[in-house]
Amino acid sequence: MTLGAIYALIALGYTLVYGVLRLINFAHSEVFMVGAFGSLFALHAIGFDTAHAPPHGLVLVGVLVLVVLAGMIASGVLAVVLERLAYRPLRKRGAPRLAFLITAIGASLLLQELFALRYGRNALAFPRLLARSTAFKIFGAPVQVPQIVVVASAIGMMLALDRFVANTKLGRGIRATAQDPETAQLMGVNINRIIVVTFILGGVLAGGAAGLYGIYVETIRYNGGFIYGIKAFTAAVLGGIGNVRGALLGGFALGLLENYGATVLGGEWKDVFAFTILVVVLMFRPTGLLGEQLGRSRA
Amino acid sequence: MALLELHDVAVGYGPIRALKGVSISVSVGEIVTLIGANGAGKTTTLKTISGLLNPTAGDVRFDGESILGVPAHQLVKRGIGHAPEGRGMFPGMTVTENLEMGAYLHKGKLTDEFERVFTLFPRLKERAKQAAGTLSGGEQQMVAIGRALMSAPKLLLLDEPSMGLAPRLVAQIFSIITEINEQGTTILLVEQNAAQALRRASRAYILATGEVVREGDASDLAEDPAVRAAYLGIETET
Repeated sequence: MTLGAIYALIALGYTLVYGVLRLINFAHSEVFMVGAFGSLFALHAIGFDTAHAPPHGLVLVGVLVLVVLAGMIASGVLAVVLERLAYRPLRKRGAPRLAFLITAIGASLLLQELFALRYGRNALAFPRLLARSTAFKIFGAPVQVPQIVVVASAIGMMLALDRFVANTKLGRGIRATAQDPETAQLMGVNINRIIVVTFILGGVLAGGAAGLYGIYVETIRYNGGFIYGIKAFTAAVLGGIGNVRGALLGGFALGLLENYGATVLGGEWKDVFAFTILVVVLMFRPTGLLGEQLGRSRA
Repeated sequence: MALLELHDVAVGYGPIRALKGVSISVSVGEIVTLIGANGAGKTTTLKTISGLLNPTAGDVRFDGESILGVPAHQLVKRGIGHAPEGRGMFPGMTVTENLEMGAYLHKGKLTDEFERVFTLFPRLKERAKQAAGTLSGGEQQMVAIGRALMSAPKLLLLDEPSMGLAPRLVAQIFSIITEINEQGTTILLVEQNAAQALRRASRAYILATGEVVREGDASDLAEDPAVRAAYLGIETET
């Protein structure tokens, strides 16, 4: 459930960009990874390292907000830079879809290796911010404080996004671009601006996920985005890529299912179980649980 | 006074030359129609005017200024409204949201604009909360035209508004087009239904394979034996 919330936040980035550009942004996993590094460095900058005692009260709240905001800023900035440097030049030239895909994978590897060179290939530890105390029990299963914080914050961010896309003018522009980009231009929608906004939104959500991941998992390494990125992609496909609510459903469903699989089959089968779900969904319901809604489906 | 002028406009899709030097002009207050067979370049002409396509040669002037190179999304502000081919619905949005998209650059309340559209198309008021993708073809066409009117354009481009509609609806749509024109909007109408289009328009251009082959007063063209045989499907006695 907790990881599901993180998958769902990352999945939203895949789904938003896919809805508007018909592009699977495979560099999105590194947008997440960089967000986690951003969160960690923000903690270092204010003097928190692994030796530091967990903060309390208002300081704790402030630190948590800082961690999440730093992740959002780092990821948001990277997402925009990627769009500008990697994707926009291709769009201007009308490059074939395959070129975008290869560029995305290239950008993904480049970022991983840059971070490996600069910060090493070992995992870096986050200082513990939230004690692993049990808040309450559901059917005998303990629910810990960090889990509550992660799930609640993630749901908050998702609701904010949902409202934004449904009710604001920019949100309408995003939906119009996803449904019919040519007609959207005739209405006065600046497609390039909408694309940048979409990358920012996806990046900020991935960054928020990265901050929560840091608080919950407490470690990050140069390739730490890969497995989360691909699971979030699975979640997006599971729910129906291009569909905002599908990404949420897919994320939580995947989190629960893989946890269930891990309990029944053993922890080492967790990833196998998750990707088996992806294959099965693609075989029997290629449009995902909810189908594509943001995009060109007929209502 | 000419509101819109195309001078020798050429447009190509890769190696295919879709328009080979088209010149047309539309004066303030007119309904001008562009008729011709499939693939003659009618839709290409409209897309060039609204900035979706860039000409390889020639000039497009609107309201006295060249609009070459002005991106499509800025032309709405200058006063060009376009109801595109195939109606261009945002299927997942409601009728209201579709209409609001038509006034995307408009700030503030849209009371007058909605009032105007709902007066022309009372049916849309009944369907306001319904997703556009679930509407009938005729209703979608009403949304497309109404949406283009939401920006209060000086020039309204209509691309085959009668396509796929039942005859009764075709007559209704055309009488509404005349009504919009009488309210002061200049109209450039692309049609395959030449008989109706020539009846409603003051002047007409006939396009064939990317070139203007005939032009003149709509009523003269409607009487012309060659035009009648080729575009109206009527054999005249000789």
